Amino acid sequence: MDEIQKKLVSPSKASHEDILGRIISYTCIAAIIILVVSILYFITSRGIATFTNDHVNLWRFLSGTDWNPGSLDAKGNPQVGALPMIVTSFSVTVLAALVATPFAIAVALFMTDIAPKTGARFLQPVIELLVGIPSVVYGFIGLTVIVPAIRQLFGGTGSGILAGTIVLFVMVLPTITSLSVDALKAVPGYFRSASLALGATRFQTIYKVLLRAAMPRLLTAIIFGMARAFGEALAVQMVIGNAALMPHNLITPTSTLTSQLTTNIGNTIMGTLPNNALWSLALILLLMSLVFNLLIRFIGKRGTINS
Amino acid sequence: MTPHQTDRVATQIINLLVAVVVLILLFLLGDIIISGLPHISWHFLTSPSSSFSAGGGIRDQLFNSLYLLVLTLVISFPLALGAAIYLSEYAGNNWFTGLIRTAIEVLSSLPSVVVGLFGYLLFVISFHLGFSILSGAIALTFFNLPLLVRSIEGSLHAVPDSQREAGIALGLSNWRTIRGIILPAALPGILTGIILSAGRVFGEAAALIYTAGQSAPIVDYTNWNPVDSNSFLNPMRPAETLAVHIWKVNTEGVTPDAVSISAGASAVLIIVILIFNFGARAIGNHLYKNMTGGK
Amino acid sequence: MHKKTLVSTLVAFSLAGLLLGGCSSNSSKKSSSSDTKAAKVTKITAVGSTALQPLVEQAAQDYQATNKDVNLTVQGGGSGTGLSQVQQGAVQIGNSDIFAEQSSGIKAKQLVDHRVAVVGMTPVVNPTTGVTNVTMAQLRDIFTGKITNWKQVGGKDQKISVINRAQGSGTRATFKSAVLEGKKAVTSQEQDSNGTVQKLVASTPGAVSYLAFSYVNTKVKALSINNVKPTDTNVESNKWTIWSYEHMYTKGQPDKATAGFLKYMTSSKVQGDLVQKLGYISIHDMKVTKNAKNVVTK
Repeated sequence: MDEIQKKLVSPSKASHEDILGRIISYTCIAAIIILVVSILYFITSRGIATFTNDHVNLWRFLSGTDWNPGSLDAKGNPQVGALPMIVTSFSVTVLAALVATPFAIAVALFMTDIAPKTGARFLQPVIELLVGIPSVVYGFIGLTVIVPAIRQLFGGTGSGILAGTIVLFVMVLPTITSLSVDALKAVPGYFRSASLALGATRFQTIYKVLLRAAMPRLLTAIIFGMARAFGEALAVQMVIGNAALMPHNLITPTSTLTSQLTTNIGNTIMGTLPNNALWSLALILLLMSLVFNLLIRFIGKRGTINS
Repeated sequence: MTPHQTDRVATQIINLLVAVVVLILLFLLGDIIISGLPHISWHFLTSPSSSFSAGGGIRDQLFNSLYLLVLTLVISFPLALGAAIYLSEYAGNNWFTGLIRTAIEVLSSLPSVVVGLFGYLLFVISFHLGFSILSGAIALTFFNLPLLVRSIEGSLHAVPDSQREAGIALGLSNWRTIRGIILPAALPGILTGIILSAGRVFGEAAALIYTAGQSAPIVDYTNWNPVDSNSFLNPMRPAETLAVHIWKVNTEGVTPDAVSISAGASAVLIIVILIFNFGARAIGNHLYKNMTGGK
Repeated sequence: MHKKTLVSTLVAFSLAGLLLGGCSSNSSKKSSSSDTKAAKVTKITAVGSTALQPLVEQAAQDYQATNKDVNLTVQGGGSGTGLSQVQQGAVQIGNSDIFAEQSSGIKAKQLVDHRVAVVGMTPVVNPTTGVTNVTMAQLRDIFTGKITNWKQVGGKDQKISVINRAQGSGTRATFKSAVLEGKKAVTSQEQDSNGTVQKLVASTPGAVSYLAFSYVNTKVKALSINNVKPTDTNVESNKWTIWSYEHMYTKGQPDKATAGFLKYMTSSKVQGDLVQKLGYISIHDMKVTKNAKNVVTK
C-alpha cells in the first residue's frame, strides 16, 4: 500500500522531466534578458552623459540644426543639434517602407494565393538571398550604380535621401515580405472559401477579405521593416553623403543617425563631449526602436483574428 | 470594368511587381557575380591576403567567416531554442511575456556599430577576451538572437495543437512532447530560420571591426589543438572575416588590385550563401521526411 | 534527443569561455604556467588609426617571424579609439594620425610619442574641372565656401562640391591646420575613408576633397598649390606643407618587448622598404620636424 501511496504522492518521472525542461528554457530566457539589460544599461548610461556631465540642454539637442560637437557656437554652447539626423533618419525610413510595401505585399500574395508552388520554389530562395547579401555590398552597389544614376537624372552629387531610400528599399524588402507571408498565411482558409463561395473574384477576395483580415499583422510587418531601416548603418553611410545638414530635398547630401555614428565614433575620444553626443544618437535610435516595438504590440493586440 | 476584368488587371499588376523584385535580385546577383567571377581562381581562394602588393587571396578570411558562423550558431542556437520554447510553450499571455518579446526585438534594430563597441568595451577589454573570434561570435549573437527566436517560435507555433494534445494523451510529459513531437515537426521551419540568420552573420561587418578585429594572422591549418595560438581552431585569435575584408579593401586598401579583390570576395560571399541556402534546404527536407516518417 | 546535448553544450561553452578567458588573461600577465611551451610569450596589442594599420600589421607579421616570444595583434578602430585605449592602459600601443596634444580629453603628458612614418596629403579634384593648380588662399576659400564655382579659379563653369573628411579624423585635422588657418570649413559631405573619397571624387563632376598620397590614382587629379607639386621630395623639405606624422603612442615608457617592436618599426628594414611600399615617407628622410603646435623646424 505504502509503495502505491508513495508513487501517487511523489512526483513522477514525467513531472521531473517537465521541471528539467522548464529549468532549461527559463535559463535561456534569463540569459537573454541579462544580455538585453546589459546593453540597454550600457547605451543609456553613455547616452545620457551628454546631458548629465556636459550639461547640454535636451531640447537644444533635439531641435538644434548645427552639428559640430568639437566646437562651440557664438554663445559658448556646444553645437550638438541632432535634428538634421533625426529628420533624415525618419525620411529614409518612411520612404523606404512606402516604396517597399507594395512590392512586399505583391510578392507575399503571389506566394500565398496566386501561385503558391512557384512561390515556394523560386521566390522563397530569392527573398532569402536578398537577406544574405551583406550591407557592405549593398553600399558599394549603391555608391557605384545608384548614386551616379541619380546624378545623371537629377544633377547634384547624387548622394542623399533618394539614394538612401533606394538602397534601404531593397534591404527591407525581404523583412517585410516574409512577415507579410506569415500574416496572409494566418488568415484561416475558410475566409477564402466563404468569399469565393459568395461569387467574389480572386482579387475581390484578396482586397476585401484577405488584406483586411491580415491588416494588423501586415502593419506589424511594415513597422518591422522600418525598424530595420532605421538601424541600418554601413550601406546608408556610403550613399547618404554624411553632411550634417537639414535635408532640403531628396538629392542633397545629408546624414542619418546611424551614418553619423558610424563615421565619427572611431575618431572621438571616450568620455569627451563629441563621443558622448554620438552615444546620445545611439540612445535616440534605441528609444525609437522601442517606440516601433510598442507600436507593433499595440497594433497586434487590436487586430488579432479570433479563429 | 467588370469584376473579372479588375481581377485580371490586378493579377497582372501583382505579377509585374513580383517580376520587378526578381529582376532586382537578378541584377544584384548578376552584378556581383559577373564582376567578381573573373577574379576568382584557385590561387585567390587558397593564398593569404596581402597588405600592399597585388595578388593577395582570401584563404584566411573565408575560413574565418565560416568558423565564426559555426561558433556564433553554437552560442546563439541553444539560447534561442530555449527562449523560443519558453515563449511558445510555457509563457503566459501577460505583460511580462510582452516585455521579454519587446526586449528581444529591440536587439534586432540596434545599429551594428553600437553592438560592436559594446562588445569591444565589455568583452574585448573588460573580460580580457581580446580581439578574437569568440568576442566576435558573442557580439553577433546579439543580432542573431532576435531573428532566431522569432523564427523558431514561429515554427513551433505552426505545429497544430492536436499534436500537443496527442502527446499529453499518451501520458508523455510536456517536455517530452516538445522534444519528441513538436521539435521534429518544426524542424524545417527552424532550419529556414537558421539559414536566414546565417546570411546576416556572414555578411556582418560593422560589429566585427571592433570585436573579431580586422587583421588575419597567418594560422597553421595542420595544427588541430584549439588552445595553441597558431592553430586555426583557436577561438582566441583575431580574425578578419570576408565581409570585413571587403570593407577594408574598399575603404583603406592600398593594394593595386583592391577593386578586383573586393569584387572577387563579394562573389565568393554570395556563392557561399547560395550553397548554404540550397544545402540547408535539402537537408531540412530530408530530415523532415526521416523524422516524421512521411512519404 | 536534442536536449541533453543542448545542456551539455551550454555548460561546456560557459566553462570553455571561462577557461579561455582565464588563459588569455594569464598569458597577458606573462605567466606561462598552463602553457605547454616553456617560452614566455608577450602579448602586444596595437589599436587605432585605420590608415596606419596596414603598415603596422605587415611589420608585425615580419617581426614575429623572427621574434617568437611576442604575439602582436594589430587592429583598426580609428585614432580616437587608439588614443583612448592606450591612455586607459587597455592596449600597449595606440596608433594615431594626430598628435595626442591635439585631441581634447587625452592627457598627452602620460603618453610617449613614437613617430613611425610621414604621410603627405594632397587636394584632389575630379579631372573634368580643368584645374591643376590653385593658390593656398583659393584652396582655403573653396573649403570655407567662399569660392563655389571652378571658373573662379580658372577652371570650367562648374559648381564645386566639397567632400570633407570625418570630423575629428587625423586627415581632416592635418588639412585644417595646414590650409584653413583656423577658419571653419563649409558644412558638406563627409566621408571617413580614403577609398570612399577616392571613388566619389573620381565619379562626381566638380568634386574636390583631399587624400593621402598613396590613394591618388589616374581617376582623380591631384592639385598643385602655389605651383608646388605634391611629391615626397617636397614634403621632406616642407615645401609641401600638408603632411603629418603617423604616431604610435605608449603609456609611459614602453616595456622591453614593446620597445623592441617600436625600434623595429623605425629600423631601416621597415623604413627603407615597407614604409615606401605602402606609400608613406620614411621618418629618416625628413629634413624638418613638426611639433604638436604645427611649428616646423629644420
